Amino acid sequence: MTETTMEPLVVEREETKPGFAGTNIPRKEDKRLLQGQGVFFDDVRRHEAGFVEFVRSPYAHAKILSVDVSKALELDGVYGTLTGDEVAIQTDPFFQISPDPGAKIRDYALAVGKTRFMGEAVVAVAARTRDLARDAAELVEVEYEPLPALVDTERALDPDAPVLHDEMGGNTVYSGVFDWGDYEAALAEADHVVRIERLHFDRFSSTPLETSGAVVEYNRGTGQWTLYTNNQFPGFAIIMMAPAMRVGMDRLRFVTQDIGGGFGNKICTHPQLVALCLLARKLNRPVHWHEWRTDQHAANSHGNERVFLEVEVPVKADGTLLGFKARALDDAGAFARYEPLGCIIWSQVTPGLYRWRHIRIDFTQVCTNKSPVGPNRGYSRLQHLWFTERVIDIVAQELGIDPVEIRKRNYIKAEEMPYETPNGCVYDSGDYARSLDQALELIGYDRIEERRRDAEARGKLLGVGIGSTLDSGTNNFGQSTLLNPELQFGGNNEVATVKLDLFGEVVVTLGTTPQGQGHETTAAMVVADILGVTPDDVNVRPGHDSYWNTHAGFSGTYASQFAVTGLGAVKGATEKLAWEIKRVAAGVFGADPDDVELAEGQARLRENPEAAIPFMGIGAIVNANNAILPMETRDATLNVRHVYVPPFQLPDKERKFGNLTLTYAMQIHVCVIEVDKETGAYELVDWAVVDDCGKRIHPQIVEGQVHGAWAQGLGAATTETFAYDEDGNLLTANFYDYHVPHALDMPPLKTGHIESPSPFTPLGTKGMGEGGGGAIHAVCAAIQDALRPVGKPVVTDSHNPYHRVWQLMTRPEESRKLVGVESRTTNGR
Amino acid sequence: MISISFELNGETVEREVEPRKLLVHFIRDDLGLTGTHVGCDTGNCGACTILLDGEAVKSCMLLAAQADGTGVETVESLAADGELSPLQQAFTDAHALQCGYCTPGMLMSATYLLRNNPEPTEGEIRKAIQGNICRCTGYVNIVEAIQEAAR
Ligand code: FES
Ligand code: FES
Repeated sequence: MTETTMEPLVVEREETKPGFAGTNIPRKEDKRLLQGQGVFFDDVRRHEAGFVEFVRSPYAHAKILSVDVSKALELDGVYGTLTGDEVAIQTDPFFQISPDPGAKIRDYALAVGKTRFMGEAVVAVAARTRDLARDAAELVEVEYEPLPALVDTERALDPDAPVLHDEMGGNTVYSGVFDWGDYEAALAEADHVVRIERLHFDRFSSTPLETSGAVVEYNRGTGQWTLYTNNQFPGFAIIMMAPAMRVGMDRLRFVTQDIGGGFGNKICTHPQLVALCLLARKLNRPVHWHEWRTDQHAANSHGNERVFLEVEVPVKADGTLLGFKARALDDAGAFARYEPLGCIIWSQVTPGLYRWRHIRIDFTQVCTNKSPVGPNRGYSRLQHLWFTERVIDIVAQELGIDPVEIRKRNYIKAEEMPYETPNGCVYDSGDYARSLDQALELIGYDRIEERRRDAEARGKLLGVGIGSTLDSGTNNFGQSTLLNPELQFGGNNEVATVKLDLFGEVVVTLGTTPQGQGHETTAAMVVADILGVTPDDVNVRPGHDSYWNTHAGFSGTYASQFAVTGLGAVKGATEKLAWEIKRVAAGVFGADPDDVELAEGQARLRENPEAAIPFMGIGAIVNANNAILPMETRDATLNVRHVYVPPFQLPDKERKFGNLTLTYAMQIHVCVIEVDKETGAYELVDWAVVDDCGKRIHPQIVEGQVHGAWAQGLGAATTETFAYDEDGNLLTANFYDYHVPHALDMPPLKTGHIESPSPFTPLGTKGMGEGGGGAIHAVCAAIQDALRPVGKPVVTDSHNPYHRVWQLMTRPEESRKLVGVESRTTNGR
Repeated sequence: MISISFELNGETVEREVEPRKLLVHFIRDDLGLTGTHVGCDTGNCGACTILLDGEAVKSCMLLAAQADGTGVETVESLAADGELSPLQQAFTDAHALQCGYCTPGMLMSATYLLRNNPEPTEGEIRKAIQGNICRCTGYVNIVEAIQEAAR
C-alpha cells in the first residue's frame, strides 16, 4: 500500500540533552501585555490620520443604482471618500484560486455594481475622528434595487435560484468527485448498510476579541505602503493585493506587534486593506480603520457551513466499517476569498481516525448571499471530522454497538503508524485507543450508569459523548492543484533569522504573526538549548515585519504549524549560527571547530574549558575586529537566515492522491451532559480531554491551546450561530445575540496528554492549536446518548441549542426519518 | 466642548471633550493610555473595564463627561515601577493570558473582586468575570490565577 514514499519524510534527530524545551518558563510576551503595554494595531497613532468608516449594504442582494457622496464631503472634518467605481478603475479583481466556474468571480475591495451580502462594504469614508467618520457615512446616499436573496445552501443549485455572479452562470464555485479504494466492492461486501439522508454543519466563527483593522501609510516618494495591521497571513494577503493593485509585492510592507486573537478569521482582510491603501494614496494621509464588532460578525469571514447528503456507510456484522459515500455541499457565502481551498483541505483527514478505506465524496461548493467564509480554527477539517464522528455514533446507535467499542474496533492502531490513508496522506504517529482510555478514566466512565440513574431520579437525562479528532498541520500547498491543476503552488516554507550582535546579544526574528501562541517564548527556548544560553539571553523580536527578510511565501500563523515550520526554521538558523561561532572561536584558538563547545554563554575548547571566549567577545570580533581572524573564517557574519522547507512531493492530480500535511496531532474529548426532561435545557456537567501533539516544547502553552479550542467548540455546539432570516439579514451580529461562552458557562475540565513524537519533524513536535472541533463532536454525541430513552432521536446538526434538543426529544420521529439500516442476511444480496 | 476634571491613576486630568465622546475613546485616543481595549460595540465583552470610584465599569458604556469629578484606575496603574502586582504575577504564572487582549479588563474586574472579597470561592470568581469575554483561554487558567492571587 505504501505508495507515498515515507522514507524522505523521516528526520534524523540527535538525542538532545535536557534543556529548557519541555519546561514551563514564564512567557516573554506576558510582562508587556499584563501592564497594558502591548501594541495592537489600534494603539498605533499617526499624525493627522483619517479614521475610516465603511458604508455597508443593508441588503443581502441588490443592484447599486447610484452612489452620492456629496453631502458627506460637505461635512467639516471629512477628508474624503472612496467608491466602488474608483476601485474598479484603480484595481483589478482579486485573483481567484478556483478553476471555472468560480474563476469567473469578480471580487473587488468595495462592491462594484451590485452587493451580495448584508454588510458588504460599498463606500469608504475618512474623517478627523471616529465619530465624525460615522456621521459622514450616514450622509452617503446609495440607491439600491433589491434582488431576491439566496440564503439556503441547498437551494443554490435549483435552476430557479437567484444567481449571485452572473458570469458564473449559476452558483457553483467548484465541484469534484473524490473516489478512493473500491467503494462498490465495499458496498457489496457489507452486512449492513446504514443510510443518513442529511447532516448539517452550522455556520459560526471564532470571533476574536480584537476585531480586524489597520493603520495604513502611503509614502508618495517611494510608492510604498506600510500597513500596521493584525492580518495573520501577510504572505497570502500580499499575493492577493499586489497584483490587484498593479504594484510589486515589495511595495506592501506589513507590520504587526501584538494581535488580539485570530483563529483564521484575520486571514481574509485583503479587500478592506486594499480600500485603505487606495484611500491613503488618494488623500495623501495615513488612514486608521478599526472594524466594529457588528461588522466583524456581518462581513468578516465566517466558518464554512456544510451539508452532507445521501450518506451511505457499509459495515460488517462485527462492526468493522468499510467506507462511506456522501454528497457534500459547502456554502462559501458571497465570494470565494480563500475558497475553494476548503474543498480540498478536508481531505487531509479523509478517514478521520478510522481504518475504513473505500470512500467516495461528491463535493460541491456554492455561493449564497451571506458573509464570505474563510479559515476558522479547524478550517474545513472540523466539518469533515464532525461528519465522521457523527457517522460513527449514528452507526453505533442504529446497529446497537457501544460507542467505545466501535471506535476501538475501527481506530487506526498505534503499531500501524506511520499510516497511509486511502488518499495518500501519512499519519505520522499516535495511539488513539490509549488516549481514549485515558479520557474515559478521567471522566470516570465506569460509574456512568450509576450517574445516569441518579440523574434520572432528578428528572434529568444523562448522556456521555466522545469526540475523537485530528489536527493536521503543516500544509503541502500542492494540494491546491488537486482543485485547480493550473495553480503553481507546492510545499510550504517558513523563515527565521538568528544573529549574534556586537555586544553579544542573541537576536531572533520570525516570519510568523502570533496571536497569543507564545512564539517569542518557545523560539527563545529552542535557541537557548542550542547555544547554551538561557531564554532570557535571547531577544526574540515581537511581531512581524515583512521588511525583516524573514518573510517567505507562506509566512504567517495559521493551520497548526509553528511548532514544525516556525521552530524548524529557528532550529536551522540557530544551528548555522552555532557553527559560525565555533568556527570563529576555533580560528582564534587555532583549533578545529569540532573541538569547540557552546555553554554558559561562551565558546570554549571541550578539552580545555579555560580557553573560552564569551559570546560578547565573538560578537565583537566579527562585527568590529575581524582583522584578527584568519582569512578562512572571515566569511562568518553571525547573522544567519534559515528557511525550513518540509519534504513534500507534488500530489497526483489524476487520482487526487498524495501527502497533504506533515503532522497529525490528536485530541479526544469526553463530555457528560444532563438534559432536563421537561424543557430540553441542558447542562454540561463534566469534561475530559486528552491531547497528543508529539513533543511539547512548552506544556503550559499547549494546554492553553487545548483549553481555547475546547471553549470555542463548546460555544459552536451550544449557543454560537450565524443565523440569517429568509431575506439574508444576519440575526446575530453582536455578542448579545451571538452568545460566546462566558466564565459561568464552562463546565469543570480535566486534561491529560500523551506524547507520540513525530518522526517527520526537526523537533519531534506536531502543529496543534486548532483542535479539530472535538468539543462539537462530543456535545452532539452526548445529546444523542442522553435522548436514547425518549425515542432515539438522531442528532443531525452540529449546533444544538435548547430548542433544537427539545424538538429532538418531543418529535424523535422527525430525525429518525433521516436514517435507515439495510441488513443483509446473506452476504451482499 | 465641555471641560472635565478627574483623577486618573492618581494624577489630575483636566481636558475639554466633545460631549458625545466615549470614555474608552477618551482614555485611549486623547490620553494615550492604550492598555484599555475595545472588543465590541454593545457593552458585552468587558475588554474596556476600568475602575471608576473603585467600581468596575465598562468604559465604552460611559461618556467621557461622566468621568468628571471621579477617580479612574486603568490597567496601567497596577504595576508599581514595573514590578508586577501579585495578581499580574499570578496571571503569568498560571498562563492566564494568550493574546492578552482581554487581559486588562480581566485584571481590573479581578482587582475589584479581590479588594472587596479577598477570599472568593471559584463560583464568586466566575461571577466576577462573567462580564469579561475571553476567546483564547476557556477561562480555566484565568480562574486559577485569581484563586492563586487570593491565596
Ligand atoms: S468594549 Fe466591549 S464591553 Fe466595552
Ligand atoms: S487571552 Fe485572548 S481574549 Fe483572552
